Amino acid sequence: MTTGVLNPSHYPARRAATVVQHYLNTRYGSPYRWIFLSTVHSGSAEDVAEMGRKYQLELTMQEMISNVSGRCSAELLFPGGEGQSAPQVQASCEGLHQSNTTAQEEAFYQQHRASNNLASGNDIPDSYGHMEPSVKPFWQLGGVASSFIMLRESNESTLYNMAQVANFTQLETEKDQLRFNYHVLLHEMISQEIIHWKLLVTWSPAQGVQVLQTELQPKCRHCEAPPNTTN
Amino acid sequence: MEQMKRENPDVVSSMVYGQTYERRNITLLKIGLSSTGRKKAIWMDCGIHAREWIAPAFCQYFVREILRTYKTDTKVNEMMKNLDFYITPVLNVDGYIYSWHNESTRLWRKSRSPGTGGCTCYGTDLNRNFYANWGMVGVSTDCCSQTYCGTKALSESEAWAVTDMLGKMREDILAFLTIHSYGQLILVPYGHPNISAPNYDELMEVGLGAATAIKAVHGMDYTVGTSPDVLYANSGSSRDFARLIGIPLSFTFELRDKGKHGFELPEDQIQPTCEEAYAGAHHIITYAHDKVFYSYAVTVTATLWTTLLAAWVSSAILL
Repeated sequence: MTTGVLNPSHYPARRAATVVQHYLNTRYGSPYRWIFLSTVHSGSAEDVAEMGRKYQLELTMQEMISNVSGRCSAELLFPGGEGQSAPQVQASCEGLHQSNTTAQEEAFYQQHRASNNLASGNDIPDSYGHMEPSVKPFWQLGGVASSFIMLRESNESTLYNMAQVANFTQLETEKDQLRFNYHVLLHEMISQEIIHWKLLVTWSPAQGVQVLQTELQPKCRHCEAPPNTTN
Repeated sequence: MEQMKRENPDVVSSMVYGQTYERRNITLLKIGLSSTGRKKAIWMDCGIHAREWIAPAFCQYFVREILRTYKTDTKVNEMMKNLDFYITPVLNVDGYIYSWHNESTRLWRKSRSPGTGGCTCYGTDLNRNFYANWGMVGVSTDCCSQTYCGTKALSESEAWAVTDMLGKMREDILAFLTIHSYGQLILVPYGHPNISAPNYDELMEVGLGAATAIKAVHGMDYTVGTSPDVLYANSGSSRDFARLIGIPLSFTFELRDKGKHGFELPEDQIQPTCEEAYAGAHHIITYAHDKVFYSYAVTVTATLWTTLLAAWVSSAILL
């Protein structure tokens, strides 16, 4: 394990930086705000006794819809010891929130909160990387929702991206939250596996994205599905 | 491929050099101005991993581009005269065709050979199946895994076909390029963290030059380094095998993007991705070509300077 100053173009810094990306999306993401890692400027890592490994990173993140970039300082801890424990992230960014998404989010929210025309879709993007423009916000929402899982599942030996929204179905609006069932495909780079997850997702401009339930899907038909995981 | 041959019969020929598991032909295009003697070669293969569709698109673009420009571009013309380009547009034909089947097969990666020993999953990761530190690191022995390295090295006929061709041509090949996605990386040998290529410095210099050339086209950043440094450790790759048998310049290209679309790159990114990858490949091929065909000039220049220096030294002593 590399300790001390990290080479920004080497994988330890890049994997940790991607975890920060997932964290930022859980905090700030929406159907119109989806954040991606742009550059790792510098980083360092150290072992923390009885806790795990702590990373410090200087990054630039970019919001994909507005193309606004912002500088971020982040600290994250990959917990050591037995059992799967999610990384703990703290980050502060300048400039990323400059993208004014209020109008678009409000319009999208109003358009879909009435339950008489529930949205649904599948294979987003399709095999050719194509999607209808009206479906794009659902793709972006899927990406943000996936970030909750990707953050939780990340460790120093993983690098997650969402490969595709296999399908999504809107459910009845409840407590002013838009609600969706999502089936997403995550690509884990180091194992090269495609991992299927089902999510119950809620969103409103006021509350942001919440993921209420996640369920890992079996890899092959004759495999047993692990028990439901509830947040 | 047939069309390229038909339109450019004097410079393009094709060769079937192996069979896939499902008995499909593995075909390459040999492109170059004909000559009487034995020519040096550049090897490029695409589509070793089925779902990386941008890769076969790039091989096709590369072929079209050199055929489009060789009559008017003096450098391309010179390289077509001195070199033959051996381009395999799709190596993993079975997997590629399977990935076009429907939406549920789109993300297939491996070959389509069946599992053995009671394992019911299909496919071996062709880029873990080569005889290059086979099975040592970054592989799985579970036949259901995406990085399953096979029952033994070269268990897959596709890997065997490449190995056989490279073996026959190894003294002539100046550069080996294998095209993948995604990640925007240029990887140099070796995939094993404890083994360094003897010409690591040269590989990095040329790779970084290629990344600079790529960035100049559309501003995209490509990271250069060994796989264990910038991505992950692995063994049994075609790039490592090529370097091990003596091909000096061996690179893996991981094309766009960095994860937003991943394998499912939108159509409007095909052209720009191919343009920048072409610039990167061109840089490496030009370096490989000039190293051999201009080294005489380099030697002459060095000798001239040495002679001048000796003359000056002797005249200085006389004074």
